[in-house]
Amino acid sequence: MMKIYIPRDAAARAMGADAVVAAMQAELTRRGMDAQIVRNGSRGMVWLEPLVEVEKDGERLAYGPASPKDVAAILDGNSDKAVGRVEDIPFFAKQTRLTFARCGLIDPLSVAEYEAHGGLKGLRRALGMTQEQITKETTDSGLRGRGGAGFPTGIKWDTVRKAAGPKKYIVCNADEGDSGTFADRMIMEGDPLSLIEGMVIAAIGVGADKGYVYLRSEYPDAIEVMNLAVDAARKAGVLGKSVLGSAHAFDMEIRVGAGAYVCGEETSLLNSLEGKRGVVRAKPPLPALEGFLGKPTVVNNVISLATIPVIFERGAQFYKDFGLGRSRGTIPVQIAGNVKHGGLFETAFGMTLGQLVDDIAGGTAKGRPVKAVQVGGPLGAYFPRSKFDTPFGYEEFDGQGGLIGHAGVVLFDDTTDMLGMARFAMEFCAVESCGKCTPCRIGAVRGVETVDRIAAGDATAIPLLKDLCETMKDGSLCALGGFTPYPVMSALTHFPDDFAAAKEAAE
Amino acid sequence: MSAAALSAEAIAPRLNEILDDCMVLEGPLLPILHAVQAEYGHVPQTALPQIADRLNVTRAEVHGVMSFYHDFRQEPAGAHVVKLCRAEACQAIGANRVAAHAKKALGVEWGGTTKDGTVTLEPVYCLGLCACGPAALVDGQVVGWVDEKKFDAIVGDLK
Ligand SMILES: Cc1cc2nc3c(=O)[nH]c(=O)nc-3n(C[C@H](O)[C@H](O)[C@H](O)COP(=O)(O)O)c2cc1C
Ligand code: SF4
Repeated sequence: MMKIYIPRDAAARAMGADAVVAAMQAELTRRGMDAQIVRNGSRGMVWLEPLVEVEKDGERLAYGPASPKDVAAILDGNSDKAVGRVEDIPFFAKQTRLTFARCGLIDPLSVAEYEAHGGLKGLRRALGMTQEQITKETTDSGLRGRGGAGFPTGIKWDTVRKAAGPKKYIVCNADEGDSGTFADRMIMEGDPLSLIEGMVIAAIGVGADKGYVYLRSEYPDAIEVMNLAVDAARKAGVLGKSVLGSAHAFDMEIRVGAGAYVCGEETSLLNSLEGKRGVVRAKPPLPALEGFLGKPTVVNNVISLATIPVIFERGAQFYKDFGLGRSRGTIPVQIAGNVKHGGLFETAFGMTLGQLVDDIAGGTAKGRPVKAVQVGGPLGAYFPRSKFDTPFGYEEFDGQGGLIGHAGVVLFDDTTDMLGMARFAMEFCAVESCGKCTPCRIGAVRGVETVDRIAAGDATAIPLLKDLCETMKDGSLCALGGFTPYPVMSALTHFPDDFAAAKEAAE
Repeated sequence: MSAAALSAEAIAPRLNEILDDCMVLEGPLLPILHAVQAEYGHVPQTALPQIADRLNVTRAEVHGVMSFYHDFRQEPAGAHVVKLCRAEACQAIGANRVAAHAKKALGVEWGGTTKDGTVTLEPVYCLGLCACGPAALVDGQVVGWVDEKKFDAIVGDLK
């Protein structure tokens, strides 16, 4: 039977996918055609959403961006929205899809299709391994946490494995608060079973029987799909008293956040999960030893966990062979903001920022010059073009005074006012501060005022801003207060004209 | 909803059901607050004593948790809630311009509700729609590429 794929990914829906589904259904009925509409995940090329794919006679052809008025021509095979096979589109063909291999390809809620595309192979392999072998395999893969801090996943797991039980937890951090990032959302909507499988493997590795996904409330679609996927996994025996018929029990719940950026920080997240204010906890104790409800807890980002299945399916060495320096494997780069070809681009670490911005993304939406690129969310530095030769890697970005964070790359064109962006960074920190440290809570408010003084022409406020940033860096418990100086100082350092022009205007 | 409809007595039976459902969870408070807000459109002050009682904490503690999070409302919102993304990726593609237009068109500031009570305008910091911004969430439905014209059309449909 003919299959028609129309994504139920939030970005596709935001661009009108539901209306295309309705039109398609109506047209199929009108023609008396027998075809199945599959709501798949996104293939990650957001500028082509809604991307409709028609599969018949063993061939799968894509059309996008599709609108309701295109459906007749799409069915006739003569639509001017035809873009050929997804695999041949340069943006897609240049990728190395390991974590996202199935995303957009299959029905996200079909365990059978998941298995047919390599799913559960990793879990089956893990079921034949000892706990120590599981954590070692993870360490050997070189996988580092994709939530931002880049801590080796296997080492974290091993700490939890060695901690005293019996009660331990796996907590998935799906708070994805960084602007410019949507990889967690896309995999949860497009291949949720890979996250579930990753959590099960983690649980077996450390001896946990319960898991939580802390999912931001700003993602209503992901919440819906994840809940359905957990149900499907239970029905298929992937979750429950006996995982795939083994002696291991593991079940999980989806928990919804409540709109606080700081709850992406792992200890704040744990407090929130416990039903408390999302205030950051001092470390030690590490969550690995005293986490959720005081029990040993693995806290990992969605992408870290969703990458585990492919590592166990193909082996640690296979994964480790990709990458650059100490950044092993692949990274789903999310290209966003003012961009021509925005979306998700999974690639081995090592591509330069310039390649991503110019060659892959094609620059800004309307072709204006790229002024700055913010990498790593609201706590990431603004990079000017002179830093575009920086290769994508944890140490490489750190060496340039930046961070890759959750790998969001946001493009800004030449009309951007960098003083305004510096002000926003301070404002965001002030709004989202958990309130525990004075330099963060009060400093950020002072920061906004100080930037306003600079904007009003008071040049003496510039050294004050620098001092304030130093104080925030040194006196903050977590990266919210500690890293807000990155976007602020990078804007000031690399785009001094935006701070000086304001001065002249006032004179 | 009238004040009487939200009195502690009036909401007690339904609140009791919500609490029964949630008390089986580990760390039930956020799920409780979400469920209460789903039921009443906000978290009425009258609900706090009963929640506190069940959780064996003080009313102030429940209030402290509730007020920490941006999501929980102490007052009802308008009939429709339009959230506009204010995060950097959307700013890069015109979110500030659209936000200024939205405030002017509705005659409200962030968090405000139009005089006729139809629309509440709120900021949101990232919907994960960063490659098709400016983005919005309209009564829980995602919308991309929101410019001034599209915003007016959205609001027109709501009224
Ligand atoms: C303010 C702040 C916000 C954070 N937000 C997130 C987030 O949204 N998602 C995430 O996975 N990690 C976030 N982190 C990092 C987490 O604290 C933690 O390092 C991560 O969840 C560990 O998982 P990983 O090792 O798999 O990356 C944040 C950290 C800080 C300081
Ligand atoms: S730096 Fe800010 S957000 Fe982080 S713990 Fe301190 S006050 Fe809280």
